[in-house]
Amino acid sequence: MDILVCVKRVPDTSENEIEVNSSGSDIERDDLVYSVNEWDNYAVEEAIQIRDKVGGSVTVVTVGDDESEEVLRREMAMGADQGVLLSDDAFEGSDGKGLATILKAEIEKGKYDLIMTGAQADGGAAQVGGMLAAMLDLPYASLVNLIDVVDDTKIKVGREIEGGNQEMNEVDLPCVLSIQTGINEPRYVGIRGIRKVASVEIPVHGAADLGLDASAVGEAAAKVKRQDYFVPDMGEGAEMLEGSTEEIIEKLIELLKAKGGVK
Amino acid sequence: MAQIFAYILHKEGVADDSALELVAAAKKIDAAASVTAIVVGSGVDAVCNEVAASYNEVWKIDGADFAYPNAEVIRKALVSIVPKGALVLIPHNTFGMDLGPGLSVKLDTAFVSDVVDFEGIDGDALKVVRQEYSGMVSTHVTCDTAAGAIITVRPGAFQPDESKSAGGAVTDKTGDAGDLGVSRRFLEVVEAEMGDVDITKSEILVSVGRGIEDEDNLEIAQELADAMGADVSCSRPIVDAKWMEKSRQVGTSGQTVSPKVYLACGISGSFQHMGGIKGAPFIVAINKNAKAPIFQLADVGVVADILEFLPDLAEAIEEAK
Repeated sequence: MDILVCVKRVPDTSENEIEVNSSGSDIERDDLVYSVNEWDNYAVEEAIQIRDKVGGSVTVVTVGDDESEEVLRREMAMGADQGVLLSDDAFEGSDGKGLATILKAEIEKGKYDLIMTGAQADGGAAQVGGMLAAMLDLPYASLVNLIDVVDDTKIKVGREIEGGNQEMNEVDLPCVLSIQTGINEPRYVGIRGIRKVASVEIPVHGAADLGLDASAVGEAAAKVKRQDYFVPDMGEGAEMLEGSTEEIIEKLIELLKAKGGVK
Repeated sequence: MAQIFAYILHKEGVADDSALELVAAAKKIDAAASVTAIVVGSGVDAVCNEVAASYNEVWKIDGADFAYPNAEVIRKALVSIVPKGALVLIPHNTFGMDLGPGLSVKLDTAFVSDVVDFEGIDGDALKVVRQEYSGMVSTHVTCDTAAGAIITVRPGAFQPDESKSAGGAVTDKTGDAGDLGVSRRFLEVVEAEMGDVDITKSEILVSVGRGIEDEDNLEIAQELADAMGADVSCSRPIVDAKWMEKSRQVGTSGQTVSPKVYLACGISGSFQHMGGIKGAPFIVAINKNAKAPIFQLADVGVVADILEFLPDLAEAIEEAK
């Protein structure tokens, strides 16, 4: 099975505090640690496991600048067979639909049985997978947390739904799936793996290579545009306990007792 | 103003809470808008009549094909009936996430997801508020609605509009639904397994998140829970890492709990997690990141490393007994 996984380089929120810059035009990007989007990493692991079971190949693709190459190499060190970087000044400012349009053009250059994205990325929109599927006229399932390959023509997928329940579906191939975290345990990528793929050439495709009209992507085509960033005001906020650890604990136990929090 | 539609989720003949939240959301876009509910399912007359009180109109699609909410089938039906240029509001839950993006492509409209607020419309430019980076920052986003828009709205972001003053008529649109041939077939729902402890019945929960850092450290949370007479629950990353069972996960994709006291330890406070807490528990947040969103939602906050703080707290509680 030939599988393509769309990945994204994002600020690592478990390593960083995300703060808004003074003008509100962006988040503070100095000193941010970047990594592959967590959901995408699960998708790549799942693709590798399927390939190892039934044969085929895994291609990772990303839309981004030169620095995005590092996430492709990371996923190749994990076990993906090849990476493709989609990069062009014309792609800047693309909204979700613009990104899906760029990815669609790359996908149509190849032949894939299964296309995966992470369920969402840093923007939390959870949109690219579903758009891609509709543009390619392929079936789609989101929030996938189980994949069983039935045969060459169909797979069985589990979707995460509310309350810890799982919705099982049978989906025709080829199809697009967005992958939820927890579907597997992504393997550790060691320094040796990274070294092994350090010199592998990664093709870079721009708008012209993809046969894309520059006006169909980028800021000009975007119907959805971010205006600014700000820190949400979510109400009063908590009463913050301050003082020495002993003082804080004493006060906290008093509060917990009053609220029935100590039996 | 373009026509505004709201997609109604329902279960066992009853409309979801989001049905009235979407009325409020539509009125926030345009107080004068006529709002039409779209109800799709099998045997949905009761739901249609229920929401008719709150919507100017109700469009019904009713048939065996829609007995289970298969997003592919429903997308095809909606593409046939939604007029050009319309705004369609859909709850941003696991169904809405499945339906929304593809529907926007097929209707060739703008798409904006997980909206928490609307701040007016200027010509065709609708200004909305979204959150990024797990709620750590918010953004203003403009959405060009000239060709219509699909908008998914965060459950709970709008207070339900209880006015029930609309009293709309129900129109059967089933005949307009068109070709429903599918490539994704619903099989079954596998219900979550209950673990050894039913956290939905717990009065006190010591809940741990990413801040616990390592599986071995769960012991610290268990010791504190033992001292308090509490059960241990967790947020999603702990289940993803397979350190605890799914039955212990609090959140929209896990269990819904309603304890008296909820101790959130090393949990950032994403809306998916907080969406699993019902009622009004006394929430104590302990987190080393003073800017974690949880401090905006909790009653009491402590900025501390839970790996050091929880053992001290457990010891002090034991001593105080």
